Order: sequence, then structure tokens, then C-alpha cells
Amino acid sequence: MVTLLELAREAASEVVDPELPMLTLVDLGVLRDITVAPDGLVTASLAPTYSGCPALTEMRADVDAALRGAGFARVDIRTVLDPPWSTDEITPEGRAKLAAHGIAPPGPAPRRAPGAPVPLTLTPTRHVVHCPQCGSPDTEETSRFSATACRALRRCRACREPFEQVKEL
Amino acid sequence: MSDDHLYLSLAEASPEGDARWAFGTGFEDPLHGIDTALPPGVDPGELAERCLALGDDALVAAQRLAEWCTRAPELEEEVALANIGLDLLGQARLLLSRAGQAEGAGRGEDALAYFRGPQEFRNVRLTELPNGDFAECIARLLLFSTWRLAAFRALTAHPDPVLSAIATKGVSELAYHRDHAAQWAVRLGDGTETSHLRLRRALDEVWPYLDELLAAEGPAVRAEVEQTLRQVLDAATVPLPEVPALPGSGRAGEHTPHLAPLLDELQSVARADPEATW
Repeated sequence: MVTLLELAREAASEVVDPELPMLTLVDLGVLRDITVAPDGLVTASLAPTYSGCPALTEMRADVDAALRGAGFARVDIRTVLDPPWSTDEITPEGRAKLAAHGIAPPGPAPRRAPGAPVPLTLTPTRHVVHCPQCGSPDTEETSRFSATACRALRRCRACREPFEQVKEL
Repeated sequence: MSDDHLYLSLAEASPEGDARWAFGTGFEDPLHGIDTALPPGVDPGELAERCLALGDDALVAAQRLAEWCTRAPELEEEVALANIGLDLLGQARLLLSRAGQAEGAGRGEDALAYFRGPQEFRNVRLTELPNGDFAECIARLLLFSTWRLAAFRALTAHPDPVLSAIATKGVSELAYHRDHAAQWAVRLGDGTETSHLRLRRALDEVWPYLDELLAAEGPAVRAEVEQTLRQVLDAATVPLPEVPALPGSGRAGEHTPHLAPLLDELQSVARADPEATW
């Protein structure tokens, strides 16, 4: 028998990111938690990616609609700020889907020592990012911001293709 | 959905409660579901004042950055400035919501953003200055984001867990903003004769506002800001400006004449029909 919690999880985990529709909110790590109270109230907790991400409004609405579509009459979509979302929460499956769609997945998010100033970076990011088209490690950053705050623009020096990368946060 | 159908689908009649439109008023409270109780020992008045000041800075700076849309020197830069503005707008929403809760007078983010006059805004004057040329934009962003990053880092230890969480989230975003401005400062300063001179002129314009940014900060934040700026200017082969600080402070509601027209535009739609729902 399927429990209400399983039903709610299944419905919510099908919702995709409106800006990266190859990823579900589970792949992205944005859907932090789902609970079903004895009185039937479903609570879904979402962690915003960036403070100003306009997709969050749509994600909330989509999760709400998915849960209502699964038969839940009372739904509460909560915001979680602590701990902040990080690209480290993108699942291995999510990373594979990004790469399959031509978007390089992020490397490990910067580890910052609490209490120490954030080091200044005066040159473009130097870490190795593999081209999602040809796999070459010989790629360069062309702009740290692209169509959305979460992605950087890069170009492959081997196959000459431009591509996007989800940048580390 | 393929891109070809994007505009058609947007034009479709929207069902009740469709949250697709990213404009207007009456958005879901950005702090919905977060425990917003004030912990004992936190002075609500001080918390409201701090959140309001930082929220106003972000709101006004975001509006100025948005003015670069269709005017930036290249497409990538336009997108970068718009994205930085969007991050700040998100921070503004969280901070103004928290300010309203701490104030306890029933004002939410919309009331604070759209229905206050210029004298009631508490942003630093640096954020309201007109955009000027690209070097001025970069000089302003360099000072603003260097200070804001250091200030947010200090706020991660604030006793209010909501402000602390907003600051923790903001640090990662502001690190990108500061480095973007710093890299451009180096490129301009260490670039051509023209770009070098323009950057120096721009730094002379914005430097008198630096004291206002640092006024409320402790020695650690001040030292971090001063050291970072010196490091960037050294790499940009530009000397530290020697210009006197400007008296007065936006934190006390003293603003330049540039704030009122900015707010007129920012608030015009919400004020045209305050009862409208979107």
C-alpha cells in the first residue's frame, strides 16, 4: 500500500526547475523536505538557490499544483534559508543530466573558513571544467554571469563550442 | 516546452493563482514558513533599523543596476549587471520583510519598498548616485560590494537567526559581485590610457562616500574593506584617491536629489493602483 507520504513525495519529486527543465527539484537539491501531518496537511520545504532567483516563485506554484493534483487539499510550501542551498546539493543524477544537455556541472563549492575574509579573485576562474560537447579539459571562462545568475559562460578551446556551466555556490 | 512556444504560452489565459508573472505586488512572503520569532536579547528596534538600512541599500542599488539594461558596453556585461541587481533585489526582499517583522507595525516588503518617501529611506547615498559611465558603475560596485561582503560576513554571527541566515546566503552571492567589480577595475586601470584615467576619475567621485559605508562598522570590517580595496587598486596600478569624505548620511535620511526620481520610477506602478492584484 502506498502511504500518503510516498504519494506526496512522488508528486513533488516530478516537479522540474523552470529554467533548467532537465532537472527535477530533487536533482537540484531544492526540495529539502516533505511531511504529511495526521490532519492531511502537506508541508514541502524549498531552499532558494540564489536570494533573487525569480524561478522560486514558479517552483512554489508548481509544487503546490503537483500536490493538489495528487489529491492533497491542504498544502503549505515553506522557505528554508538555513543552511543555505549550495551547488554541492545537486545530485550525481542531476549532474549527469546537466552534462547530457550540454551544461557543465559545477565543481565543489568553495570551502570558506568561518571568520576569515573571502579571498579576492582577480583573474578568471582557473579550475578545470570539461567541455560537455567533446569532453576536452581545455576550456576557458568568457563571462562569470550568463542567462541566469547560477550559470557562467565558457568556451572550449578544442572544439570551439561555447557552453554554459552551473557555477559553484 | 520549446522556446518557440514560450511567448504563446505566456499569452494564454492564466488560471487563478498562477505565479508565473514575475512583477507586481503581493508576492508570497519570502520568509514564509521560517521561524520568525524574535529571540530574547535581540532589540527589535535595532534589528528593524539594521535590516531596513541593508534592505534599502540593496533595493536602490538593484534599481540603478537595472538601468544598465540595453545600455551596457557589451551583452555579457549587461547580463552580469542585471544578475547582480537581481541578487540584490532578492536580498532586499528578505531584509525588508525581516525589518517589517521586527518593527511589528504590520508593514510588509511592499509597504516598505513602494509606500515610503525619500526621507524615509535609509540607504547609503553611494547607491543612489546616477550611473554615469561604465567606470563609475564599476567603482561604485567595487566599494559597495567590498563593504557589503565584509559586513554580511560579520552578520553571519548576528544573534537574530533570520538575519544571520540572510547574511550567510548573501556572502556567496556578494563574493561573485565583488570579484566581478575587482576584475573590471584591474582591466580598466591596467588597460589603456583612457580607461585608466576614467577609472581614476570614477574612484575620485565615489571615494567621498566610503566613510558613510563604514560608519556603523567595527574595526575588523573596516580593516578588511580597506585592505581589499588597496589590493585591487594596486593590481589596477591606480593610487588610493585622496579626497575628503562627504558630510551627512543616507542612514539619517539625508539624501542627494537623485533618490527621489529613482523612487518615483520604482514606485510608480504600485502607487498608480495600490489595490491592484496581479
